Amino acid sequence: MDVDLSVELAGIRLHNPVMPASGCFSYGREMSRWYDLSRLGAIVVKGTTLEPRPGNPTPRVAETPSGMLNAIGLQNPGVDRVITEELPALRHYGVPVIVNVAGSVVEEYVETARRLSRSRDVAGLELNISCPNVRCGGMHFGTDPDMAAEVTAAVKAVSRVPVFVKLSPNVTDIVALAQAVERAGADGLSMINTLVGMRIDIERRRPILANFFGGLSGPAIKPVALRMIYEVSRVVRIPIIGMGGITSGEDAVEFFMAGASAVAVGTANFIKPTACVDILDELAAWCRNHGVRAVRELIGAAQKGWNQ
Amino acid sequence: MDQRPRETGGEGRVIVQVVEQERLTRDVFRLWIEMEQDTPWSPGQFFYVRVGEGLDHVLRRPISLSEAVADRRFALVYRVVGAGTRWLAGRRPGSALDVLGPLGRGFPLHPGDGRVLVIGGGVGVPPLIQLAREVRRRGVEVTAVVGFREARDVMLVDELAALGPVRLLTEDGSAGMPGRVTDALEEDLLRGADRFYACGPSPMLQAVQGKLSGHLPGYLSLEERMGCGIGVCMGCVHPLRRADGSLVYRRVCADGPVFPAEEVAFS
Repeated sequence: MDVDLSVELAGIRLHNPVMPASGCFSYGREMSRWYDLSRLGAIVVKGTTLEPRPGNPTPRVAETPSGMLNAIGLQNPGVDRVITEELPALRHYGVPVIVNVAGSVVEEYVETARRLSRSRDVAGLELNISCPNVRCGGMHFGTDPDMAAEVTAAVKAVSRVPVFVKLSPNVTDIVALAQAVERAGADGLSMINTLVGMRIDIERRRPILANFFGGLSGPAIKPVALRMIYEVSRVVRIPIIGMGGITSGEDAVEFFMAGASAVAVGTANFIKPTACVDILDELAAWCRNHGVRAVRELIGAAQKGWNQ
Repeated sequence: MDQRPRETGGEGRVIVQVVEQERLTRDVFRLWIEMEQDTPWSPGQFFYVRVGEGLDHVLRRPISLSEAVADRRFALVYRVVGAGTRWLAGRRPGSALDVLGPLGRGFPLHPGDGRVLVIGGGVGVPPLIQLAREVRRRGVEVTAVVGFREARDVMLVDELAALGPVRLLTEDGSAGMPGRVTDALEEDLLRGADRFYACGPSPMLQAVQGKLSGHLPGYLSLEERMGCGIGVCMGCVHPLRRADGSLVYRRVCADGPVFPAEEVAFS
């Protein structure tokens, strides 16, 4: 039995629902040595800002139980070089490219999004209002519903492609954030970004990360991600790209059942570079073994019977 | 082996057999692995090794290639510092290990060289063993300068002594000369040397750079905490100085770990 893996995300048709999470794939060049990128449902590239950013000092990463902390600080070559030097190389894979957009002030988001959305190589934008690792901007847009709505509306006003808003889990009420950006015109959501955490080097008596705090990702955050997607998908009508600790096909199935329409794979790429395509194969096998003809059937399947 | 080390990535992720596990000092182990097929490599590259069972450890451990036999059998030398490396030290011959690699760009070799210095500190010494062998094989003389904290940390000196003169130092003087590697880098040693290769902790590399800068060209092998190991996450960057004096972050895993000494910037 052939399983229909295709999904649609705000008008973008994906031949399968598995993509890398932003920041875990760079701009694809390195990963293309490990597998054929045309196997991916979509490609999500690194957080891109208007001007080049050097990122934070090192150490930038630390391991935690079943997870990791990172404080990369949005190191990227700036939007113009991304458009001219990085994105054209992804053209021949025939896969939609979604670019993660970051900034410090609304105007920076708007200008970066405007330039990207006019590139023929960009199928969608992912608005990063939730990066915990930059001092100025980033997450504070994602923790205040009014600011989240403002930046979403401003970017929507200039974007020619669908805009997905990547939500921060570092909030009391994720539903309020999701509803605010939906009302502001978001075409979809990405959930979740990393949780703010820290580790301490007990020999040196100081935080391991040069930035002190970092974003926690990996299997440790999977239950948080599932709960938030479950809550939000009940009340919004826009599709959700689910992410947070997915390392297997079964994990992906959980995210679909919670309400995600597609999944993104982050930290698992560090466990093994072929994680995205391995998870895709496992997902297809799971569907076959369970008589699921189309992966779309799984979306929100676990929502049935839950009343609150 | 080319003069310019290969680019990283795509060599494959393989399950290899542990062939042998030896204790070199109280906390340093030498693990021999055997690949299923001949594998291209260059001295100074590293393997990115998965540790533990299940999903407890999500980050692999970068461990440098110390010795190579017949392009198939490789020695990895590592220090036990936590639960992950403790697990690794428990692997016995015949057990399987999940590795990526060899990864990174190793030490560039220069055909015209007549004599080189290899300078190592602590667990920075192992990658110099195979480098020294490759250099000797090309008829180049090798002088080694190696430093350890104290006598019980000393390792791999016999391997280096088989290839050329070795100057051994310990910080407390309990073996060899008292002092640090930079104390041995005197004029008599530099005279007639064409190049140096150094690997060790960051303060040592900075001191070596400070002492040899302007006297001798060379390379530094850097260490940083890594995320992906293949160049996508930007976790393990180190600042390098460009020709115009500006600084730029380069990835230790994919652009390094070996960089021209004059370009490496230390904070």
